[in-house]
Amino acid sequence: MADTDFDVVVVGAGPAGSCAAIEAARGGLRTLLLERGPYPGSKNMYGGVVYPRILDELIPQWWTDVPIQRWVTRRSTMVLTETKAVSIDFRNDAWAAPPYNGATAFRPDFDRWLADHAVAAGATLLCNTTVTGLLHDSSRRSAGRVTGVRTDRPDGDLTASVVIACDGVNSFIAKEAGLYGTPKAKNFTLGVKETISLPKEVIDERFGVRDREGVDIEIIGCTGGVNGGGFVYTNLDTIAVGVVLKLTALAAQKTRPEDIIAGMKRHSAIAPLVEGGQLNEYSAHLIPEAGLSMMPGMTGDGLLIAGDAAALCLAAGIWLEGVNFAMASGMYAGRTVIEAIGNGDVSQRGLGGYARRLGDTFVLRDHRKLRRAPELVLSDRVQHLYPSMVTGIVERMFRVDNPAAKPGLRRIVQEERKRAGVHVHDLISDGRNAFRSFG
Amino acid sequence: MIEPDEAWPEISFADRMATTEFNVHERPHIVVDGKACADCSTKACIVACPADLFVPTSDGGILFNYEQCFECGTCYLVCNTEGAITWSYPEGGFGVVFRSS
Repeated sequence: MADTDFDVVVVGAGPAGSCAAIEAARGGLRTLLLERGPYPGSKNMYGGVVYPRILDELIPQWWTDVPIQRWVTRRSTMVLTETKAVSIDFRNDAWAAPPYNGATAFRPDFDRWLADHAVAAGATLLCNTTVTGLLHDSSRRSAGRVTGVRTDRPDGDLTASVVIACDGVNSFIAKEAGLYGTPKAKNFTLGVKETISLPKEVIDERFGVRDREGVDIEIIGCTGGVNGGGFVYTNLDTIAVGVVLKLTALAAQKTRPEDIIAGMKRHSAIAPLVEGGQLNEYSAHLIPEAGLSMMPGMTGDGLLIAGDAAALCLAAGIWLEGVNFAMASGMYAGRTVIEAIGNGDVSQRGLGGYARRLGDTFVLRDHRKLRRAPELVLSDRVQHLYPSMVTGIVERMFRVDNPAAKPGLRRIVQEERKRAGVHVHDLISDGRNAFRSFG
Repeated sequence: MIEPDEAWPEISFADRMATTEFNVHERPHIVVDGKACADCSTKACIVACPADLFVPTSDGGILFNYEQCFECGTCYLVCNTEGAITWSYPEGGFGVVFRSS
């Protein structure tokens, strides 16, 4: 295979691509890591928390130098109606010490750090380079096999035994390879985010944290009529405030994304956390939201797909994860390529170890278990009826209506369910669905 | 609900977009066929594009400006007029450059 420019070309130096490159380079492969932005992470934006434990396998003691903003020690889930809010707020001191749980980070910092590890492992990182298409084998023996990539550089064709496509949510490579059917808007959400500068001590005080401790708040019922959710989380001396919006619902109404954020920021439960400060950066990105049901084929002859390009993003309400799935899938892709090249078979069959590795680990096990969750979380009832029912129940529990005596909980639930317009059979079927997913 | 001007001054959309860095290439990476848009009844791109790059024209078409594009992909996904949007990535090194995302 020495007649190729590289053994493996990895397209995209996000978390999937860099982990693939770390693994491949350490396995002795001639590894090229391509990035279309001026630096890794420059095109990337997310909803806030990295769960890096999978890095134990690649970068022991990764926490000693990972460029994070804060370690998440407080995790809240908030249900809003226009004038009410119910929160479940969890705090864990242990998450402020190794091995930690999650961290907030700027993706340009985090992704650059991870790509630096790929370079340290021996990979070649080439930024400012957009891949414009795939190269294919035209010989009769293995017609159609991917043999490299075209780039927008002069004489930019690069040959390789295997291409690992980590080219993100819009993956042109997966589409060109025919692994991804026509993408459907209903499978995607749009994330829009404001990074707002505030003094660290103000953030510490508002969010009740110290030092490098941080908070991640996930919110439902804050996106007007558009199905979706919101988030507020702490960086060191900025906070991030944003919403995630189901594309089909966003397209079917008249309020623009920045106005939906503004609406959430005006809520009495959110405003005191986020007001003041100066907008530091406005950003937007798509999320492959639909999980298992939208995943493309992940293996072709000479080709593997990882990360967001393979729709490996978990949007399951109480779990919102993507970077960890990207890192793991990239790592397994790299491992598979070492094995396939070692065996002299980079056909789809020879690369079969990738599907096996994904299937045996959290990457696909979480997605299979939670396959019904994304649709449930974005369903009209969860979005528009249940917040009213839940906040209504809690209000009645805490309201003292003397001289009336306290109603029983069963009566409160029954009355608030009716008032919110929730039918019993829907509640039972959604409950069963939730139990099958989360139980 | 708290009125916006009590809590903080809302900034203009131009000021909002000015917080994001764009390294603009002379060649547009997205091309919109404004004539094809004239027959579109939804024009979902106008409301959905987070950078507000799709502007309706008086003759019922669409005017598009690629320069402050987040390269997110929302427009081609919500578009239901075949051939109206031709979408690709900017040349290497160009386009949006996030710093604190």
